[in-house]
Amino acid sequence: MTSELDIFVGNTTLIDEDVYRLWLDGYSVSDAVALRVRSGILEQTGATAAVLQSDTMDHYRTFHMLERLLHAPPKLLHQLIFQIPPSRQALLIERYYAFDEAFVREVLGKKLSKGTKKDLDDISTKTGITLKSCRRQFDNFKRVFKVVEEMRGSLVDNIQQHFLLSDRLARDYAAIVFFANNRFETGKKKLQYLSFGDFAFCAELMIQNWTLGAVDSQVDDMDMDLDKEFLQDLKELKVLVADKDLLDLHKSLVCTALRGKLGVFSEMEANFKNLSRGLVNVAAKLTHNKDVRDLFVDLVEKFVEPCRSDHWPLSDVRLFLNQYSASVHSLDGFRHQALWDRYMGTLHGCLLRLYHD
Amino acid sequence: MPGKLKVKIVAGRHLPVMDRASDLTDAFVEVKFGNTTFKTDVYLKSLNPQWNSEWFKFEVDDEDLQDEPLQITVLDHDTYSANDAIGKVYIDIDPLLYSEAATVISGWFPIYDTIHGIRGEINVVVKVDLFNDLNRFRQSSCGVKFFCTTSIPKCYRAVIIHGFVEELVVNEDPEYQWIDRIRTPRASNEARQRLISLMSGELQRKIGLKVLEMRGNAVVGYLQCFDLEGESGLVVRAIGTACTLDKLSSPAAFLPACNSPSKEMKEIPFNEDPNPNTHSSGPSTPLKNQTYSFSPSKSYSRQSSSSDTDLSLTPKTGMGSGSAGKEGGPFKALLRQQTQSALEQREFPFFTLTAFPPGFLVHVGGVVSARSVKLLDRIHNPDEPETRDAWWAEIRQEIKSHAKALGCHAVVGYSESTSICEEVCILSASGTAAVLNPRFLQDGTVEGCLEQRLEENLPAGCGFCHIPYDELNMPFPAHLTYCYNCRKQKVPDVLFTTIDLPTDATVIGKGCLIQARLCRLKKKAQAEANATAISNLLPFMEYEVHTQLMNKLKLKGMNALFGLRIQITVGENMLMGLASATGVYLAALPTPGGIQIAGKTPNDGSYEQHISHMQKKINDTIAKNKELYEITPPEISEEIIGSPIPEPRQRSRLLRSQSESSDEVTELDLSHGKKDAFVLEIDDTDAMEDVHSLLTDVPPPSGFYSCNTEIMPGINNWTSEIQMFTSVRVIRLSSLNLTNQALNKNFNDLCENLLKSLYFKLRSMIPCCLCHVNFTVSLPEDELIQVTVTAVAITFDKNQALQTTKIHVEKSLQRASTDNEELLQFPLELCSDSLPSHPFPPAKEHLESASSNSGIPAAQRAVTVEKASPMGEGNFRNRSAPPCANSTVGVVKMTPLSFIPGAKITKYLGIINMFFIRETTSLREEGGVSGFLHAFIAEVFAMVRAHVAALGGNAVVSYIMKQCVFMENPNKNQAQCLINVSGDAVVFVRESELEVVSTQQPTANCQPSCTGGEVTT
Repeated sequence: MTSELDIFVGNTTLIDEDVYRLWLDGYSVSDAVALRVRSGILEQTGATAAVLQSDTMDHYRTFHMLERLLHAPPKLLHQLIFQIPPSRQALLIERYYAFDEAFVREVLGKKLSKGTKKDLDDISTKTGITLKSCRRQFDNFKRVFKVVEEMRGSLVDNIQQHFLLSDRLARDYAAIVFFANNRFETGKKKLQYLSFGDFAFCAELMIQNWTLGAVDSQVDDMDMDLDKEFLQDLKELKVLVADKDLLDLHKSLVCTALRGKLGVFSEMEANFKNLSRGLVNVAAKLTHNKDVRDLFVDLVEKFVEPCRSDHWPLSDVRLFLNQYSASVHSLDGFRHQALWDRYMGTLHGCLLRLYHD
Repeated sequence: MPGKLKVKIVAGRHLPVMDRASDLTDAFVEVKFGNTTFKTDVYLKSLNPQWNSEWFKFEVDDEDLQDEPLQITVLDHDTYSANDAIGKVYIDIDPLLYSEAATVISGWFPIYDTIHGIRGEINVVVKVDLFNDLNRFRQSSCGVKFFCTTSIPKCYRAVIIHGFVEELVVNEDPEYQWIDRIRTPRASNEARQRLISLMSGELQRKIGLKVLEMRGNAVVGYLQCFDLEGESGLVVRAIGTACTLDKLSSPAAFLPACNSPSKEMKEIPFNEDPNPNTHSSGPSTPLKNQTYSFSPSKSYSRQSSSSDTDLSLTPKTGMGSGSAGKEGGPFKALLRQQTQSALEQREFPFFTLTAFPPGFLVHVGGVVSARSVKLLDRIHNPDEPETRDAWWAEIRQEIKSHAKALGCHAVVGYSESTSICEEVCILSASGTAAVLNPRFLQDGTVEGCLEQRLEENLPAGCGFCHIPYDELNMPFPAHLTYCYNCRKQKVPDVLFTTIDLPTDATVIGKGCLIQARLCRLKKKAQAEANATAISNLLPFMEYEVHTQLMNKLKLKGMNALFGLRIQITVGENMLMGLASATGVYLAALPTPGGIQIAGKTPNDGSYEQHISHMQKKINDTIAKNKELYEITPPEISEEIIGSPIPEPRQRSRLLRSQSESSDEVTELDLSHGKKDAFVLEIDDTDAMEDVHSLLTDVPPPSGFYSCNTEIMPGINNWTSEIQMFTSVRVIRLSSLNLTNQALNKNFNDLCENLLKSLYFKLRSMIPCCLCHVNFTVSLPEDELIQVTVTAVAITFDKNQALQTTKIHVEKSLQRASTDNEELLQFPLELCSDSLPSHPFPPAKEHLESASSNSGIPAAQRAVTVEKASPMGEGNFRNRSAPPCANSTVGVVKMTPLSFIPGAKITKYLGIINMFFIRETTSLREEGGVSGFLHAFIAEVFAMVRAHVAALGGNAVVSYIMKQCVFMENPNKNQAQCLINVSGDAVVFVRESELEVVSTQQPTANCQPSCTGGEVTT
């Protein structure tokens, strides 16, 4: 006796969250059944393995049919074939677009192209995430990217509107799209200690302050592309380290203000010029695409690592950065105060976030 | 010119890409009714065209309005080649033809293609202007209401229940016409869909005419079926119960005012003249059927035995009649005469109802059934389907005579079915013989006094159990006792019926689904030989099914079956029997005796031991079941039973002995030397198997109950969560040395596994009950068995008092939390009113979270989506995520029951009767047979929901999937499936909301649109 056909169709589409997760994680039906058996469900419910197999198949089939709609979530809301309560629809969408930390760290900042897609095999082996799941996550990134690129208005809003994601997830996707668009390097060994959350945090600050959208909300791609003019202007900051008097004055202002307040004062005093040179040079280099890509590498190399090697506590880093940015306002010979604030305001937040073990 | 049909095509959405080059579509629409066609403009390059057409007007006869469906075809315009069809929508405009139903059909309909399935949606508005027609000889029957519901619909009152109406129409099946060789599968499927749509329209109109002739205004319990007879044609037949219904004026003034006074006028005349039409009783045709009448007791009487066409035997008719009044006293005689006169005017005193107004059902005799094996021949003249009519007439005559033998003049819970394999067809009919109260059957002139006497004489809750036949002249051997409730009248020891449990019946404990399953191998044969072989097998099957049912009933410790439905399916090389019923313990009937096992070779010691072991197992099972179903009949003091009730009519020789075991009353045993059915003789391995199989039926897991009746006896605190589903399974038998035992085991396992799967799938609804569980068996091919199950799971509350307070608290909490969103959400709440607002019982949520934390690996990035029960249609208001707030698809509930728990049906919008064909030539690509059928059934549900929503409704009640014919050819990568569904579209209002609205606007005439009618935008 073999089962030729075995289906269950409810007027309200049944969604089993556990099975949905297994499906999203890319397990085959037999693996999923094995995992469900291991979870002790048979003992809890008194079901047999055959029942579990049939149930899993059924759910997988449903998910497979739903997948087409999940690619354009508004369709899921308006379609008539599956009657799914709104809360369940939201869950389906949210889970479908959720991604694994390990995966996103591998592709963050990479071009979402066929080439990267070919590397998914390696990523799968490296992260232990099934290839199927990797593909789904990659395709999600790519799909969101394709839809929102060249669109007007806020990136987060656009994503939310077209994919009906929660605010949190929409922000994460904004970061992913932003990183992919600007191709920030995140894979270098020295950046491995950083989490996706760290990058997402930085991305949000940069979108807010450094993009076209920060000055003009009526252009295409406003939140995705960095403000070229702004990057060009950043060259002007070079004077802060090039002009020796200005640099000395800046140093003395910072040192005076922080004397006695900083645990690592002497280290700071010794390193001030190096640190300042590092930060300003990063700014000045941002005119080149290549250097934009290396922004995070540079920040870690030029600032995070020196401080870390001198064992600065985070509180000292904060005090230093506050004073370092603020003191520039007292430099009479420096005319680019607004530019400095736009640059340093964002960098300040990013550096604090990046500064950890 | 009695009607003007107006159609407007508004827009389309989600259309498929028809032009690969541009990834877009140039869509336009053809609107066709009868022979008239209109077209919209072509809307260039869009997948979401906005046609916004003018009103297309069709001026038509009301006869056509009833027969023809409105046909809407969406096409892709192509300048150089033929336009490609995207898909079609058929709209049955019947609901617009009678007052009180829908006034407009408006909404999004899925565009359906028989090859590709649903391809986008189209927004259509349909209206009908009807003019009064005074022509007395008209052929239309506009205004007659149809209901699938097999009880008096909730917002109506039955003035008169006229009785049986039937009709059938035949035609050639387009699939078998010569032209089918040259046309595409799509054209063939569409021709078939259209023909069946036409035929059902015609059938409905003809039935409507009969109803008008009987001076009724409605058909209740309308059941329409298709017989796909292959080469010999296509038969569409329907039965129903004609009634005169009166709309109840709801005290809450909830119903919208009737649409137009002119429409209302039409109905009044039918109420005025209540004289039932006098039909002369048809001449009794020689009976050529194989028939059996189930008696409520253990044996059944074979009334006649003959094969299909050549042999004939005249049955002993009128066996039980003529005995009226002997036992029941003068009252019974009077009652019987009344009923008789009312019913004998009718050719067939049958009622398709399964639930009745209080007082309607007086006594129940037992199940009567008749089957007949026929050889199909080509229908030569479609206009005169005499052969098919004659076949059914024979069977009905048979049923009638069986009922008479049981001292009954009517048959209730009546239904008919067929099973076809190649050119052999088994026609079956069954029902429950009953004595009815005449007051509903005709004008109640004598009603007054009779009614009073009725109420005096029939104590509530047991009257219907009292035997209608004469105990001295019983049609079959039965063990009678005095009713355990009133102790005045006689009752049988077991009662089998096809109806629902009467609401006033006293039941002890809960009920359960009982199934008897049976297979019999049959040699492959042709024509006559085949028919004869089947005819010879049938009685054995019936007997065994009956024995199995009886044994299982005993094993459950119960004494009555309701909703009994026995289906015999014929295949190439086997016959399948599946009987489903709901077992209950009726307080009025005696406690069932146990099951005794007897061995044939009493001298063998080890054998004896084995027997006693089995006996113990059986006794344990009975005890366990009694506990499980809470069957704890009040201890009947031996004195009451033992001592004769002081009553003059009592005959001492009929006194029962004190023992409960049923084989001890000998005085009544008319069947000489008959073995008691409850003694199982284990004389060979077969019997051994039987006993084993009795014990293998696993009870549902705790928290689950199941029944095939409307509701579960013993549960009444339903909560509002319902889930209707259809499950289909097909198994392939290994063809090698199939034996009856192996076959039985396979079939049994199939059904049991299916049930187990259902319990597992619906576990999040616990505690819940599967109601109206409807199994259908078919044998699509030699080695394939297909089982289709449709049922509804309804949650109930174990502790209602606790729950209501909790709901209250939670509701107020919710209200507080959503206060600031109130304004924004207000319109949303309106259109989501159909959603149950009940939060889920806390216990369930615990269970849920426990199961979802069950060690599933790979932690996803935390996603904060609030937890909701997988079944929940609720939780709408406390949902936090804003993205889905613009959802515009209203919820449409579907249920095979005639009601919706926790809600009130305020309006019936009309009958839904849809027939779909789906075919594929890329079976593998569509996910194999399972993927194909899964998608198709989901699409059928979607189309039903869309039609209901367009009528302004928010639910389908009495939903039934009457046919699901699935054929596959995996070698050719092809499959085809035909599905026929029906039900009643309704508007319902939650009881909780009913209160709110009625207090808020006591005078306002609240339109259904504020209760979920406005489901689409």
